[in-house]
Parts: sequence; C-alpha cells; structure tokens
Amino acid sequence: MDIKATVLDILNDLTGNDVSGAMDDNLFDSGIMDSMASVQLLLSLQSELGVNVPVSEFERSEWDTPNKIIAKVESLA
Amino acid sequence: MLTFEPYGNPTYFALLGVALLPLMIGLLYGKRSRLYETLVSIFFLVLTFGGSKWTQGVALIIYILYEVVLTWGYAVYRRNHNSGPLFYLMVILAIAPLTIVKVTPAVENGQASLIGFLGVSYLTFRAVQTMMETRDGTLKNYNIMTFLQFMLFFPTISSGPIDRYRRFEADYRSVPDRDKYLGMLQKGIRYLFVGFMYKFILAYYFGTILMPKLQLMAMHSRGGFLDISWPLIGYMYCYSADLFFDFAGYSLFAVGTSYIMGIATPMNFNQPWRSPNIKDFWNRWHITLSFWFRDFIYMRLVFWFMKHRVFKKPTTTANVTYIINMLIMGFWHGVTWYYITYGLFHGVALVINDTWLRYKKKHRQSVPHNKFTQIFAIFLTANLVCFSFLIFSGILDKIWFLK
Repeated sequence: MDIKATVLDILNDLTGNDVSGAMDDNLFDSGIMDSMASVQLLLSLQSELGVNVPVSEFERSEWDTPNKIIAKVESLA
Repeated sequence: MLTFEPYGNPTYFALLGVALLPLMIGLLYGKRSRLYETLVSIFFLVLTFGGSKWTQGVALIIYILYEVVLTWGYAVYRRNHNSGPLFYLMVILAIAPLTIVKVTPAVENGQASLIGFLGVSYLTFRAVQTMMETRDGTLKNYNIMTFLQFMLFFPTISSGPIDRYRRFEADYRSVPDRDKYLGMLQKGIRYLFVGFMYKFILAYYFGTILMPKLQLMAMHSRGGFLDISWPLIGYMYCYSADLFFDFAGYSLFAVGTSYIMGIATPMNFNQPWRSPNIKDFWNRWHITLSFWFRDFIYMRLVFWFMKHRVFKKPTTTANVTYIINMLIMGFWHGVTWYYITYGLFHGVALVINDTWLRYKKKHRQSVPHNKFTQIFAIFLTANLVCFSFLIFSGILDKIWFLK
C-alpha cells in the first residue's frame, strides 16, 4: 500500500471525515483535527508505516492539510 | 543609577530609539553587527537588572550560567546517548529554580525568593524547550552563543513572547533583504504605536483610574449572596479589560522592538475576544504560552498516555490531559487557591467544550448554526473568560477572607 493511501486511511479513521476530496483544506481551521488528533496521527504513522515523528517535529503549519501531511510523511519515510 | 521597568516610561523608549537607530541603518544596508547587538542587549539588561535591582541581576547571571551548563551538557551527552531517566532528571533540574521561586511565597508568608528575577518563568520555558528538542533530535547543532542570545534577547526577556530556539536562530543568523526588512520596520513601528494606545491609554484608564474605585466599592458592598455585588461584576469586566490591554500592549512593544531588530518574534494575541469557544480562545490569548503548554506538556503527555495505553478511550486521555495541563498552568501563575482554581476552571471548560464539539459534529443536522448562534457563542465565551479572570484577579480572596 502506498503512503498516500495509508495516510488518507489514517486520517479518515481518525477524523471520521473523508478528506480525499479536500486535499488542500486546513484541517485545524475547520476543527477536523486538533492536538489530540495530531498525536494519534503520529502514533498511527509509527505503527502503520514505521515512520518515527517526534512531537517537536510536528510544526503545525507544516502539517495542516492532507497534501502537506502526505508530503511530510514521504520526506520522512 | 537608573533602573527601568522594560517599556515602562518615555525615557526607556527614547533610549530604545537611539540605540536601535544604528542597527536599523545597518539592516537596511544588509548588515547585522553582532557586536553592536550584543552591546545594546547588555545595555538594556543593565537598565532592567542593575542599580537598585542588582540582586536580581546577580540572580539572573547565576541562573543563566546554570541553564547553560544544563543545556550544553545535555546536548553533548545526547550526541551519543539517549537515556530516558537522565532526560527527566535534566528537565527537573532545569525547572528547579522556577519551582523554588514559585513555591517560596506560599511557604514563607508571601516573601519573594532570593533567586527570583523578572522573567525567570519565560527563560525557563525557553531552556526546557531547548532541552526537549535536543532529546527529540530536532535540535542538533546546539550552540552556547546562540543559546545565550536566545535567552537574553532583551526585547522579550521580562514577559515573552516565548520564542523557539530554532526559529530564533534562523532569524538571528540571517539578514532580511531590504524589502522584507522595510515591511518588518513598518509593522514594528505600527505595533509600538498600537502598544502605546493599549498600555498607556486604555490599560491606564481601566487599571489605574477605574479599577481601584470599583474594588473599593465592591469591598463596601459585601454581605449579599457570596458577597457578589454590581461593583464586583463591574470589577470583573474592568480587570479583564486591564489585563488584556496591559499585556497585549506590552507584547506589542516586545514584538515591535524585535521586528525593528530584524527578528520576527511570534505574536502573543490574535483578537481573543472574538473566540467562539474556549478552545479557540487559547489559540488567540497569550498564544506563545498556550502553544508552549500545548507542544511541550499537552501533546507529550497525550503521546505518553496513548503509547502506554494508560486509558482505554482517546477522549478520556484528552480530558485527563486537559485538566493536568491547565492545572500546571494554574500552579505556574503562583501557588494560591485562586490561580489553581483558575487553572482547574479552564481545564474543565476545555473538557466540556470538547464534549460539546463532538456532540455537535455527530448531530450536525439537528444543531442549529447561524448568525445568532455564532454571536451567542462569542458572547458566552467572552463572559466565561471574564469570569475566569475574576477568579484569577484574586479579588475574591480579599472579598471573602479579608476582615
């Protein structure tokens, strides 16, 4: 399974929203994501993709849209 | 010798203008003189911590040396090792001076600690953050001189905003091009003038003129249910206005001065009175503090709880961590019943807020959402916040317990 599909799966599970139709929407401004969901995302990335992201790597402005998250994960994988 | 409270009076601003002029000309021509910047910093630090406040100055120097030894020592250690217990020990050591400063008045009948100085909290936040990012491996090239500049950056030393090591370093090591710097200069000067209005006109009116009168009236109107009276309610709004204009004013001075020095220190306030809920309020009020708590306490605790599966449900994890997070914030303000109650109040408010947001998300069809509900949400949030500031103000302590 490729990174994009996995990340979208994780986001869908986490937020209960299908985000694949709005890849550049800000997930925090719309209230879909918050700090809690961010941590859950980091933990899922670790367990499902083996990508280790320390909390201080999580600069919110670099992780606030589905596209940015995918790009970030691809750069860290 | 003269001593000044930072941004306290016109003389301070006059000195600031004179000292910053050569720096501005340098930056306009693409040059940053580290030597000159350091001399300016030392000059203003001496103005703040010298003269009759020399004991604070000594405390500051000892404190800084102590934190340098800890952060530098840990950075050297972290290159080849990564022990959890040692990291926790280092964090405890880094916050030990602040803990002593905060606990001393509570156990010594209000006596201030000898090792305290203006800004000790804000410096501790910066040092702890440097250490945590070193542990995470996101901060790899710790440099003592940069750390000193970061800690002792005079515009923000006394009360923030709380910058981040890596963000500060990136600004400090580079020179903005002329267009960018002119933009910063324009913003910086505007911030200073808005700050004048906030701090010297509005905060002066609410805090110095109106508040003492309302306090006196509230003290005379005791006797009713919980000693609540109209003047007390007036005091609540007046105190809230003073708190906002005073601190937002100071923050504008600190950010404005930073911008003039070519450093884009993050903003501390973003229209907090238009927040539709408490969660959003903390994204707009004392932003650098609440983000510090979010990134270095809340998210880390949640991460730890989830990794070790302490609680079954994620919502329980979030709720427990909200309460812990806000209680720590309360204790940080000082060990008094009203600061701790204030923290607890906001913790509980965040839990209720989150529950409501989840309910609203699930029942999107049945919960009305229109202009009226939005205005009501803003009104409710602002009033809850003002009520929390009434607790925070400590006036209830006087009204209830002062004979």
